[in-house]
Amino acid sequence: MSRLPQPVLGRSLWQDAWRRLRHNRAALVAGGVLVLLLLAILLGPLFSPHAYDEIDFDSEWGAAPALHDGHLFGTDSVGRDLFSRTLVGGRISLMVGIVSTLVSLLIGVAYGAIAGYYGGRLDQVMMRIVDVLYALPFMFFVILLMVLFGRHLLLIFVAIGAVNWLDMARIVRGQTLSLRRREFIDAAIVSGTPPGQIIRRHIVPNLMGVVVVYATLTIPQVILVESFLSFLGLGVQEPMTSWGALVNDGAREMETIVWPLLFPASFLAVTLLCFNFLGDGLRDALDPKDR
Amino acid sequence: MLRFAMRRLLASIPTLLVLITLAFFMMRLAPGGPFDKERSLLPEIEAAINAAYHLDEPLWQQYLRYMGGLLRGDLGPSFQYAGFSVSELIAQGFPVSLAIGLSSMVLALLIGGAAGIWAAMRQNRFGDWSVMTLSMAGISLPSYVIAPLMILLFAVTLHWLPAGGWEQGRYQDMLMPVLALALPQIAYIARLMRGSMIEVLRSNFIRTARAKGLPEHRVILRHALKPAMMPILSFLGPTAAGVITGSVVIEQIFGIPGLGRYFVQAAINRDYTLVLGVVIFYGLLIVLFNFLVDLLYGTLDPRVRAE
Repeated sequence: MSRLPQPVLGRSLWQDAWRRLRHNRAALVAGGVLVLLLLAILLGPLFSPHAYDEIDFDSEWGAAPALHDGHLFGTDSVGRDLFSRTLVGGRISLMVGIVSTLVSLLIGVAYGAIAGYYGGRLDQVMMRIVDVLYALPFMFFVILLMVLFGRHLLLIFVAIGAVNWLDMARIVRGQTLSLRRREFIDAAIVSGTPPGQIIRRHIVPNLMGVVVVYATLTIPQVILVESFLSFLGLGVQEPMTSWGALVNDGAREMETIVWPLLFPASFLAVTLLCFNFLGDGLRDALDPKDR
Repeated sequence: MLRFAMRRLLASIPTLLVLITLAFFMMRLAPGGPFDKERSLLPEIEAAINAAYHLDEPLWQQYLRYMGGLLRGDLGPSFQYAGFSVSELIAQGFPVSLAIGLSSMVLALLIGGAAGIWAAMRQNRFGDWSVMTLSMAGISLPSYVIAPLMILLFAVTLHWLPAGGWEQGRYQDMLMPVLALALPQIAYIARLMRGSMIEVLRSNFIRTARAKGLPEHRVILRHALKPAMMPILSFLGPTAAGVITGSVVIEQIFGIPGLGRYFVQAAINRDYTLVLGVVIFYGLLIVLFNFLVDLLYGTLDPRVRAE
């Protein structure tokens, strides 16, 4: 009996990436912390005896953290539970981060893939537009938007997402240009697949690696922008809150009580740090340059 | 070189046009006017105010008027500070912002560049690892978190520095704002510098320099530094934008009478012309800065000019 040759098992991009990511301890820890944070933010307020917008008249205003009255992080200067406020604020910050990133992802991927796939004059015009927009002081435009059209949460999503897609569009276009020259795209063209379908079925799935990396790195940027706006008093409105708004409130009273500054600030910093570490790890794991 | 400069200059015109047009029409599309008060004015008075600020003209005429004013450096009257023109307010606030902004950019370049080179020379060793971890923290800690913590430490607890304020630009007043503004940029530049330096150190001409027996510091300073600086140079534009944006918050926190604080005040007071003026001014500044960086890049790397 002759032995059959062992079939060579293919490894997908994702298996490869996972293998590499597993060896990156910083990224793994960051991912784990993020999962814990997410659970705390989603479930924590349910278990807290005090609602985020409820003033506890039994407690001292600006009380220190204590176990016995259920104010794990103490209370803020008007007597609201800081634990609940920090976690609920985290919901807003993370939600803005994720939703706005999705908005910028949708626009950026569509724009970049179309420009990269069709190439030629269309590509030149589209990328010239990106260049022009890129040079604008976008933060000021977001502020302008917030000032002029009121402070809806929805507007924050759209405003941040709509100005953050430029990076994504550039990266996606670059990737699409190099994918465009590959044989499987030629094969698809030859077999008569319409361009829209080629982009959707063949180009976009192959972009997912870079897209995931840059999405992970965009989320912390967006959280920063939102907290920046909230810090200036242009973000979410009372009694709703976000980490930026909490840091701003805390900074005003830090000479007498430091809790309202320290807790939200450290949650914000840890979250951003974890996203950045995870994004860096993913880039190392997924970046085709090192393959 | 002159042709290159002209080409770059022409390329920034559409950016400026889009900037001004977008800002102008966004402002005019906003619901509610700057003179909407709770008590309604007499119609004659309202008409007189609108006529005085040319708000009664058709939109395109207002736009052309604004553009015409811009060419003469006139950004119109402030809606809130009666008797002041926007240009006057900008001229008041800008020198202060410029002092802080420039200092922190220089600081960011020096410290960030040095840390990046140092890390690159110790690639994958402890020194490298610690610089990269610190810089990651620097990127993740927004300046409006660092600034209050600095005040808490250096002003409230240690009493070394004033917590804020501005007296004719004393260095004590500048120290904390400049540092807080520079920290994120230091972190970005250090990471960028490390990356590009590592790449340059792998190239052939560096091997040659080492092979002829040059000491390491001469290899770095004489041969590797210039090519490794190029990515930093192209990052100067985003750095400037970051410093300008950051200054808005930093000036607020430290109570510095700069342009950023005017901007926030104007945004909260709905002083439309002042907000518009500052956005356009900052946009101009960034475009101008990018143009200068392009020129510098073209001078240092002739390949860019040929393209």
